[in-house]
Amino acid sequence: MKRTVIQGGHVVDPETGIDGLFDIVIEDGKILSVGDSKPGTGDWKLETIDATDKVVTPGLIDMHTHLREPGHEYKETIQTGCLAAVHGGFTTICCMPNTQPVNDNQSVTDYILKKARAAGSVRVYPIGAVSQGLKGKNLAEYGEMKAAGVVALSDDGNPVMNAQLMRRAMEYAKAFELLIISHCEDRDLTSNGVMNEGVTATRLGLAGIPNSSESVMVARDIALCELTGAPVHIAHVSTEDSVRIIRNAKERGLPVTAETAPHYFSLTEEAVLNYDTNAKVHPPLRTAKDREAIRQGLADGAIDIIASDHAPHSSVEKEVEFEAAANGLIGMETSLPLSLKLLEKGFLSLTDLVLKMSVNPARVLRLDHIGLKPGNPADLTVIDLEKRFTINADTFRSKSRNTPFNGWQVKGKAVITMVGGKVVFNDY
Amino acid sequence: MKFEKKDILDIESLSRDEIGLILDTADSLKEISSRAIKKVPTLRGKTIVHFFHESSTRTRTSFEIAAKRLSGDTVSISASTSSIVKGETLADTARNLEAMNPDAIILRHKAAGTPHMLARLVKSSVINAGDGMHAHPTQALLDMMTIRERKGRLDGLNIVIAGDIAHSRVARSNIVGFTKMGARVSLVGPPTMIPQGIETLGASASYDIKEAIGDADIIMMLRIQKERQESFLFPSDREYARYFGLTAETLATAKDDVLIMHPGPINRGVEIAPEVADGPYSVILEQVANGVAVRMAILYLLLGGPR
Amino acid sequence: MSTEQVILQAPDIDRILTRITHELLEKHRGTENLLLIGIWTGGVFLADRIAARILSIDGTKIPRGDLDITLYRDDWTRIGHQPIVRKTEIPFSLDGKQVVLVDDVLFTGRTVRAAMDALIDFGRPDRIELAVLVDRGHRELPIQANYVGKHIETIHNTMVNVYLKERAGRDEACVTM
Repeated sequence: MKRTVIQGGHVVDPETGIDGLFDIVIEDGKILSVGDSKPGTGDWKLETIDATDKVVTPGLIDMHTHLREPGHEYKETIQTGCLAAVHGGFTTICCMPNTQPVNDNQSVTDYILKKARAAGSVRVYPIGAVSQGLKGKNLAEYGEMKAAGVVALSDDGNPVMNAQLMRRAMEYAKAFELLIISHCEDRDLTSNGVMNEGVTATRLGLAGIPNSSESVMVARDIALCELTGAPVHIAHVSTEDSVRIIRNAKERGLPVTAETAPHYFSLTEEAVLNYDTNAKVHPPLRTAKDREAIRQGLADGAIDIIASDHAPHSSVEKEVEFEAAANGLIGMETSLPLSLKLLEKGFLSLTDLVLKMSVNPARVLRLDHIGLKPGNPADLTVIDLEKRFTINADTFRSKSRNTPFNGWQVKGKAVITMVGGKVVFNDY
Repeated sequence: MKFEKKDILDIESLSRDEIGLILDTADSLKEISSRAIKKVPTLRGKTIVHFFHESSTRTRTSFEIAAKRLSGDTVSISASTSSIVKGETLADTARNLEAMNPDAIILRHKAAGTPHMLARLVKSSVINAGDGMHAHPTQALLDMMTIRERKGRLDGLNIVIAGDIAHSRVARSNIVGFTKMGARVSLVGPPTMIPQGIETLGASASYDIKEAIGDADIIMMLRIQKERQESFLFPSDREYARYFGLTAETLATAKDDVLIMHPGPINRGVEIAPEVADGPYSVILEQVANGVAVRMAILYLLLGGPR
Repeated sequence: MSTEQVILQAPDIDRILTRITHELLEKHRGTENLLLIGIWTGGVFLADRIAARILSIDGTKIPRGDLDITLYRDDWTRIGHQPIVRKTEIPFSLDGKQVVLVDDVLFTGRTVRAAMDALIDFGRPDRIELAVLVDRGHRELPIQANYVGKHIETIHNTMVNVYLKERAGRDEACVTM
């Protein structure tokens, strides 16, 4: 028997409403109590973690990552992806199905979960494909995938262009209580675009992607949500229009949720000046006006969740012509410090941040254990809000280096990541 | 003044004085092309790589002639496919070129920004011979040289650029260059071909060519790429020629001393009527001749000094 | 402190150019096939003045050309940056002609070497001669002038400057120590 006490930390858990200096007692990998209670005496070995001047939160959840395995192990493996996650303070991550083969059936789901168990650190929940092979033609086997362990469905980077297929997917998914996550992009409007349409694209001579490429699909999927009554989750919101449409849908009581990624509230299209392929991403980085709307949307709750859209790529995909470069950037190791900047800027409180990065994703995905309730597995993150450091891609645990944030000065990082009572990362 | 640039990547990064120096130098070097022996020894022992990743007849020939008239040694590489198709990254290509220690790399590429990326990776001078829809600085410089020769100045001139502005690197470089040198630039073409935010480059836009050319000193017609019809930009060559092309009838509203320019190659009967292209206002062939002089000037200024 | 010492004043320069003009006409027995080519910048103005004197003495307008030798230089390493290239204008054939190159100062001979290389690209003259206002010695190449205004003794790092009205507003040759 072993008991662990996390002592003297500022515990923030919106799920239980706890916000203050408390001790957390953990036994057998589960939370025993959160309060002033002493660990007591008994027949156990006592381990103490001093969390004075630190913040303790329910384990952070990144519900939008790409682990690249099976198929693209040169970019990332489940093992390196899990390491990156715990270094970033995450105890739970979801991985998108665009692997090779695609995660559109239970055997691929089984494979991912087996590899994740072997990695043995973070909890990995796979997301299954909406359509077989992400081809947008036929429904994938939701029932079998659900049984194998998927928590949601998405065709992610291959948006479901056929509205009828999307309707049927939403309807069919209801039977298995699976959430549809939609990467909202009208491929015809995107055309050959490689960055945000507008002044910067015109100056750089790059083909643009209009904001409407995203917002028309946000509007479509919300209309389908209304039609089918099935919940829909809008992935990586990047534009002002999308935020407005989502806010309006929520006001009307529709079961719509939304996420954004740190790059959309940290950067603008100007990151692409100089043709930096690490700033090439879908949806593209937008204007300062859109960035402001995203921050506002996080502040007022139109956007529920911060997820990194961690998308590892190697030099083969990135050290090439801008037009030929792959979309995406890695984020699990920078997500928390970038999000903490929103606290400094006054857009989020610490409680809001824990909602966006732990409680809300758990609620949206209907996970079994939410927050720091007694009896829940002891998944938690200890954060040092004062720790200053420079983002250095060379120190990343991810296999890839494609970040536009290299060299940024940031403040605040995870110092302990605990999964099921086990310290999986310690940088105290 | 000193010319201290390592590369010529676009017009935006050149100052008004640097543009002036390039044009003055080109004026001086133009004479070499009319000699019996059209060659000076200035760049003896310099190696110039022409790396053309997109087909081009006139720009490539012009650069090769320019290098040869200055006694530079030229090597041509062409690649019709992107490096990524070969499984080689742009960085690999750059390192391989660099290992051969050339003095200058002249790069034409389908993808915008590639010369900028290459310039960051190699010590040699990089000259952009056209990158995607982004920039074509030597074309803009030869256009400025041609106008200055004919009009004596650029400052205060009204210049109309007509046609597919959105997909034209020539238009982008010229808008930046002309406005930098004090000219007023108006753009005209179908709305589908006028890009967003173009006014931030200092040009105004409209859709009626007859109206637009009324007080023009220069009319520059851009090439219409016929394959663009498939992307819903305009319905047919016929309608384009009628509403946005330059015909003798349209030209009747222009000033008597107007000059007609075209970066070539021409689609006769689409953006420009044959009688206009070959007519008395046309300086299209002077543009071509000045192209050699401008490229010689750039090679001289980048490679001619001690490095 | 460097001091500038005047070695030729305006009237001296006038007399020298008149003498050189007479020497030229005497040696060539007139102006047949005679061409004057000035080397940028000083040589161009001196060539203009000699041509004007020939016109007033002999009544002939002889062909004049200007030559910029920048593109033929061999001393890139000695200068900080690329010199501005000026227009070379030799709008006539040199075949079978008597070419007189005109420059202000003859020093190492490298400028004249470059000028002769350039001239040969324009054709095959029967003869090339050289006229200079000042010969200051210290030749690095086997080159001599046919017509010299004034020989002066200098040490190698002395500066010799010729100021001409057309550009500097005054006629003067100076030595700076």
